[in-house]
Amino acid sequence: MQAKRTVFPNKGLPYLLLVPQLAVTLIFFIWPALQAVKSSFEREDPFGFKTTFVWFENYRRLFIDPLYLSTVSKTAIFAVSVTALSMSLSLILAVAVNRVLRTNRLYTTLLVWPYAVAPVVVGILWWFMFNPTIGIAPYMLRAVGISWNHRVDGVDAMVLIIIAASWKQISYNFLFFVAGLQSVPQSLIEAAAIDGAGPFKRFWTIVFPLLAPTTFFLLIVNINYAMFDTFGIIDATTQGGPAQATNTLVYKVYTDGFIGLNIGSSSAQSVVLMIIVIALTAIQFRYVERRIQY
Amino acid sequence: MIENRPFLAFLTHLVLILGVVIVVFPVYLAFVASTHGSGDFMRGLVPLLPGPHMIENYSFMLNEGISTAGAPPLSIMLLNSLVMAISIAVGKIIISILSAYAIVFFKFPFRLLAFWTIFITLMLPVEVRIIPTFKVVADLGMLNSYPGLIIPLIASATATFLFRQFFLTVPDELMEAARVDGAGPMKFFRDILLPLSRTNIAALFVILFIYGWVQYLWPLLVTTDSRYYTIVMGIKRLAATADAEPQWNFVMAAVILAMLPPVLVVILMQRLFVKGLVETEK
Repeated sequence: MQAKRTVFPNKGLPYLLLVPQLAVTLIFFIWPALQAVKSSFEREDPFGFKTTFVWFENYRRLFIDPLYLSTVSKTAIFAVSVTALSMSLSLILAVAVNRVLRTNRLYTTLLVWPYAVAPVVVGILWWFMFNPTIGIAPYMLRAVGISWNHRVDGVDAMVLIIIAASWKQISYNFLFFVAGLQSVPQSLIEAAAIDGAGPFKRFWTIVFPLLAPTTFFLLIVNINYAMFDTFGIIDATTQGGPAQATNTLVYKVYTDGFIGLNIGSSSAQSVVLMIIVIALTAIQFRYVERRIQY
Repeated sequence: MIENRPFLAFLTHLVLILGVVIVVFPVYLAFVASTHGSGDFMRGLVPLLPGPHMIENYSFMLNEGISTAGAPPLSIMLLNSLVMAISIAVGKIIISILSAYAIVFFKFPFRLLAFWTIFITLMLPVEVRIIPTFKVVADLGMLNSYPGLIIPLIASATATFLFRQFFLTVPDELMEAARVDGAGPMKFFRDILLPLSRTNIAALFVILFIYGWVQYLWPLLVTTDSRYYTIVMGIKRLAATADAEPQWNFVMAAVILAMLPPVLVVILMQRLFVKGLVETEK
């Protein structure tokens, strides 16, 4: 790993400087993670008197539990939809902003602030809009003959959380796409224009391929976001219901652990999630190392 | 622009305006709802234009709150959120700038191990280790306290990385010159490195302030005493009043107040915000 050519000779000082961060990391990150791994191999009796070591029993039960497997597929549907919806909207907006000159900053300001809205607040905003009794969206949908009720209809509920989660992520993707677009060399675009390529052709044959690194990076970040940062949105809108239709993996860890008090199963789920995060982070970092410079 | 295509220019603005409408509309509705009286929500559709009750709704929520829903006055919750967000941002910056300094400017045994220990926190979001972390905090007696809200969220691999990347770009000659002039490591850190890192610190502060402000699950778990509620988690309690329809005007006033501080930070410090966001995620 990289360090400076010349370094300070002190022996004790670097440890002293590292102590605060390492202490917090060990106490609140590493130790709890190890505890989660440990209790994922244990089963607690209903009264909490004794725990027995059960090897992979919790995992085995987890992977034959149809409820868990349906949560896995629900999470996948949710993550893919949020990623696709929010990234495509952001790309369109970023390309548009990149075309305007004078109003560029104004539009950017108007589009980026949702980044600062808490997920749970986002959930409440959309929950209010789609409220079956007084919301404006169901009212308009009724006018075109669609009846909306996310309290009883699982598909409606899923659509609701997908829209809410995508809305929040637009600003983030937008900023990264704008940054990506600005690094596309203008000379390439001008050359293509001289060769007679129209704006759409230029976009698909030059700009979009050159954006590939940004797109791939955002793909990973968005999947990560949809899986782990949407707890607040789900808790504020559907709470995993109706009938588990919108229960994602992270939400289930919480409901099984804190509400259902099934520590063994919840820990096993945590470990599965950690493996997923590690895989996603590894992919992300491999990509960063190989980032292609055009 | 390469060629003049009026239709495309029109389309561009149309797309952008539609985008802005999509982004702004939910918040506009919430604002409108927060300016009406409670009775206005009985008619079957939300009002679309602002009503006359704005000041009374907001001052009611700020000063009294809805005690039946277990919510203290919003001013207390706003203050808690502010304390939490600022402490998390400042704490994260302090501990990560120190550890990045140690990792870049010193050679010592276990340097790689320390680096990886910090790195791994990137892979352990609160959401996946909630129960054991909660247990640790409970055992340390930090439930219902500011340290319990703040310290467990304070370790940050991303901030450490950002400072590490930046320190690596600081020319070696600068440090050699400082050493020739007789500066010790702490003097070099204080008088040269800190002033150089000013923009990075500011950009990071904006991002981390938002991170701290929007925390939801963690405050929800560690606070049961309403004196320590943060506004973001308090809203949920307001909105979830049993089976009855929530008092929309009050809930939405709280929603607007909860969004306002971080959104203002983003708008007023847009340049720093963009810099911080794009650089921390690299």
